[in-house]
Amino acid sequence: MLGGVYVMVAVAFTLIIGMLNFLNFTIPALFMFAAVLMWATMTGSLPIGNDLMLAVFGPDLLWVAGIIVALAVTAVVSLIIERFTYRYMKAKYGDATEHALPLVSSLGFLIIFEHLVIGTWGSDPLAIKSPFGDASFHVGEILFSVPQILSLFISLGVVTLLTLMLRTSKLGRALRSIAERPDTAILMGVKVEHIVSVVYVITGLLCAIAGILFTINYTIVDAYIGDTVATVAIAGMVLGGLGNVWGAIVGGLFIGILEVMSIWFDADFAKIPIWGMLLAILVFKPTGLFGHTAIGKGKF
Amino acid sequence: MSGYVEAQLVILCLSTIYAYGIYIPAASGQLNLGAAGFITLGAYASAWFNSADGPGLPVAVSVVLAMAFTGIISFFISFPILRTRGVYMVLATLAFAEVVAGIVINIEFLGAAAGMGVDDHANLLVIAPVAVLVILFSFYFMSTRFGLSLRSIHDDESVATLFGVKVRTSKVIAFTVGAMIMSLGGSLYGHHFNYIEAQTFNVLLSIFILLYVLMGGTQTAWGPLIGAVFFVVVPESLRHVAESLGWHWLGEGRFLLFGVFIVLLMVVRPEGIMTRTLQERMADGLFFRRQESKGKQVESEG
Repeated sequence: MLGGVYVMVAVAFTLIIGMLNFLNFTIPALFMFAAVLMWATMTGSLPIGNDLMLAVFGPDLLWVAGIIVALAVTAVVSLIIERFTYRYMKAKYGDATEHALPLVSSLGFLIIFEHLVIGTWGSDPLAIKSPFGDASFHVGEILFSVPQILSLFISLGVVTLLTLMLRTSKLGRALRSIAERPDTAILMGVKVEHIVSVVYVITGLLCAIAGILFTINYTIVDAYIGDTVATVAIAGMVLGGLGNVWGAIVGGLFIGILEVMSIWFDADFAKIPIWGMLLAILVFKPTGLFGHTAIGKGKF
Repeated sequence: MSGYVEAQLVILCLSTIYAYGIYIPAASGQLNLGAAGFITLGAYASAWFNSADGPGLPVAVSVVLAMAFTGIISFFISFPILRTRGVYMVLATLAFAEVVAGIVINIEFLGAAAGMGVDDHANLLVIAPVAVLVILFSFYFMSTRFGLSLRSIHDDESVATLFGVKVRTSKVIAFTVGAMIMSLGGSLYGHHFNYIEAQTFNVLLSIFILLYVLMGGTQTAWGPLIGAVFFVVVPESLRHVAESLGWHWLGEGRFLLFGVFIVLLMVVRPEGIMTRTLQERMADGLFFRRQESKGKQVESEG
């Protein structure tokens, strides 16, 4: 099931890399923030508005409130982040480390969000009671948990919708044109500034959904969940090829399955083949296993 | 000197050494997010050379041997890694660090996941001079002809190639020297705390070291020093200020402020705190104010 979470985070990473050519470290922050917000709404630990939530949704449907709060806040926060990372990317000063600029800003945001959460709710694990109990069913010998299966389908559904959107809609076409050649896209009348904000919101929402699903399934969150999930998601993304959405999906699922299988072998041992393979892919076939998207200089 | 101050100074010295290890490749435009990997290599190699189970060599010898060991490994790994650039290089070095962590954690005689005890102790009186030496070495290194060619690669790789700079060789050397400095820092870490554990050298450490360098600025050799001092001293002193004033929100939220500061610094000063122009301006202000103004006059008249 973690595969679903990895897939969404990996797709978020890959969208930003494919379009804007930068490794966005706010993605783990947003993921974690959404997960913690979900927890906070469900346990009534929000700084403001707990009573309002309880009055509108009632104690049984607080998880709905959690989803709404997490999605809304993350969308707003993504726009703020966009203001401080992408908009300043174009401030070129013409040397080899200039692409590090948004990377550093996004790391700054990562620190901000982690300490915002620690400062507000502490660094201990935060637990909720699952709103769905432990609903589960058997198929043969294997035990399936209902929320987990649902989450997997939800995440795959969201990602499929996203790819459909990229393929067919006008917005999707604009996105792909920017990914391919931003200058030409501008000439063709694509409002790049506008579209980039949309991309940030989309990736933010992807992370938020992933975070919400994480909270519901694991019922325990803390300020550091983003880091581990993000490293794995990055691995999945690289495996599938940077900037390639389908690659990220397959890569994320693959890593998720591998992690489940690591019950049979040592989890630390799994690190060597995974990251070794990544290193080899990055060096010898940087487009990844399925990738074909031009990434590199000449973007913005 | 109180134990607290000493502990902080040790952390400061180690951070400075790490920062210079990242700075030297960064000065030629390479973003290395694999600091943790090289630190792990140095710490474990030195601990093993020093341990009674291994050869049981004296500290100084084992530290140097560890540097040589890391140097050899990074020399060989630098060829594939330097095929990549930009985002890919960040990811490739990150992957390298993860591979190193994965390998170390599975080696029984290095203590595996339980960590490893280190025999001989190195205190501040050893670490501080080494840190100073590393700083001096980096200043010298960047002022040589070779350092100049690194700067030219940083500013524009194709032009550097046109002017006959051996880009590949320079990058490999910068990468290897940086890795050896980080290895030195790592082995000192091990000998100071007398206990190492692969999990302490994680991605977060690599990220922070890269931040020291990028915040300090990659244009001059002052950058990493300023970055490391800033990162280590400011949060600690903020904590003290908060305690003495009784402002709990400041004590708890100091890293929050710090994050805000990073974001804002990137907005107003994307090149880092210390830039080449600032360095020249400060040098002018301190030493050559008269000559400089005269020179400018002559220039404008001519």
